Amino acid sequence: MELLLSGAIGMLTAAGVYLILRLRTFAVVLGMTMLSYAINLFLFATGRLVVNAPPILNEAGGPYTDPLPQALVLTAIVISFGMTAVVVMMALGAFLEGGDDRVDMPRADRLPPAPQSQDGDV
Amino acid sequence: MSHLIIAPVILPAVIGPLIILWMRNDLMLQRVFSIAGTALLAGVAIYLNALAMGGDVHVYRLGNWAAPFGIVLMLDRLSALMLLLTAVLALAVQLYAVGSGWDRKGRHFHALWQFQLMGICGAFLTGDAFNLFVFFEVLLIASYGLMIHGGGGMRLRAGVQYIAYNLAGSTLFLAALGVLYSVTGTLNMADMALRVAAMPAEDTALLRTGAVLLMLVFAVKAALVPLHFWLPSTYANAPGPVAALFAIMTKVGVYGIIRFFTLVFPQDAVIEGVVADLLLPAALFTLAIGQIGILGTRHLGRLAAFAAIGSIGTLMIAVAQFNPQGTAAAVYYMIHSTLAAGALFLIMDMIGARRGDLWLRLEQVMPGNGLVAALYFIAAIAVAGMPPLSGFIGKLLVMQATRPAPGMVWIWATILITSLIAIYALARAGSIVFWKSYELGPAPVPAPPAATGPKLEPDEPIQDLGDAPANWLAVASVLLLLSGIVALTALAGPALRLAEATAAQLHNPDAYVSSVLEAQEGTK
Repeated sequence: MELLLSGAIGMLTAAGVYLILRLRTFAVVLGMTMLSYAINLFLFATGRLVVNAPPILNEAGGPYTDPLPQALVLTAIVISFGMTAVVVMMALGAFLEGGDDRVDMPRADRLPPAPQSQDGDV
Repeated sequence: MSHLIIAPVILPAVIGPLIILWMRNDLMLQRVFSIAGTALLAGVAIYLNALAMGGDVHVYRLGNWAAPFGIVLMLDRLSALMLLLTAVLALAVQLYAVGSGWDRKGRHFHALWQFQLMGICGAFLTGDAFNLFVFFEVLLIASYGLMIHGGGGMRLRAGVQYIAYNLAGSTLFLAALGVLYSVTGTLNMADMALRVAAMPAEDTALLRTGAVLLMLVFAVKAALVPLHFWLPSTYANAPGPVAALFAIMTKVGVYGIIRFFTLVFPQDAVIEGVVADLLLPAALFTLAIGQIGILGTRHLGRLAAFAAIGSIGTLMIAVAQFNPQGTAAAVYYMIHSTLAAGALFLIMDMIGARRGDLWLRLEQVMPGNGLVAALYFIAAIAVAGMPPLSGFIGKLLVMQATRPAPGMVWIWATILITSLIAIYALARAGSIVFWKSYELGPAPVPAPPAATGPKLEPDEPIQDLGDAPANWLAVASVLLLLSGIVALTALAGPALRLAEATAAQLHNPDAYVSSVLEAQEGTK
């Protein structure tokens, strides 16, 4: 089971990193989602993997799973879900305003527009 | 246990929703409540400073749960000082936002502002690692909204980059916390410090991984080279007042590094200088790239952004010493650089409002040239670290703290040479913007602005002067920040003693740990 889970986390992370290095916002958003899935699984595993045990101590002192990572994962899921919604809205806004969905900044961010600068020099 | 310790989180958390729910359509009411809230926050911060000044570490147990299980808020000298710095900067910048009319360029400016303050104050106060992550997300999600305030294609694109970078940073933060939890079994910072100290040295491989991951996360927030790429476009495209408030956000990253690596991973115990070896070269490169960036850029907003990167470099050199002297220098320089960077961003916005753009090139003389030039002159002296202002004292302290360090020659050479570059670059920018413009002859008389009511639709990215309702307020708020720098210079002695007391407290974490875990009144 450990091998399966760590393999899944590794695959998701690799795919996520590959996708967020793409140039288009859609791929980047998908990559973010995969990365956050990978992290959620990873957080889940930080409490060690135990099967068929309640997440609470009982009187008999039997096996239990660590409940804290489950609470952390729940928080992380909520936050990453909200953040994904924000980035989708923002990417849409940038696409509608800018006309393309590239992630990198255009030249006009760093350099003044050429014809106007000649006007200014006159 | 004073209940006011939680007030810096509760206060903005109450005022923010109030503004959204009750005052959505009344900008004047929003302004009054929001500024009153920030002023109240400053008052609370002053009280908390008086409380923390005694040298005790104050613990606030949420729900009165016993420490390693419940979440705690911690108030020591450093967090009290950071709270006060946040409140003062936020108050001054908010007055500027009102005076320049930025707050009516889009909706919900003041509400987002309060949420931003809530996140920042929470991050400074919390004593729980996962809670720190949550407050980071709170301040980030508010900052996403503030960053694109006013709209515009370029700003949205920069916003997408900013979010993508910080989302990746957040996943890294979770990974770091997961690793640390799996090794130590706790998320309470004081408890984690105990477990780390008790860990046998041969079992620390995972712990070191977690520590370095955590350092990377904070380095992303602090914009340390090579993780700084998000900063220039974000700050240059953000509205001026928002960029000025973001001056404290990079300091949240610096605070995280100081907090974790003095409390949880004390230098000589486990991490064996791994972090210091990584941090010092990164800091030197940050300083060099920041100051060279000031020289290289052709946009005034990016100029201020690179100045902010450079100041983070100087700050990190002091932090990377990990000794009381270095930390004291870092605390002093942190106060200075926050105020100076905030003032510089506001002045750049004033230039943008008067010229219509921020390109560093010859244009007609702008209205109010002399006043803005004088303000820029003072801020540039502070940013470059020239005498007589506190930037000089701060750099002197950093150099003094690094004198016993092994790489002293390299550190001093970098600080001195980059200071020269910064002085030249800032002087060149000032002379192009303020002096050479007279060569083009007098400015044409600007057309009188059309008298219109408050605009709530986002329009052009840079505020035009005619639209500004209270220019005097904008100037006064910049003067407030600059007078803070002057006060920090005039009162350098007391400020330094305070910084030294703060550093001494940080480098003696036993009191912090025992006040969290041992002296637990009211719990069973």
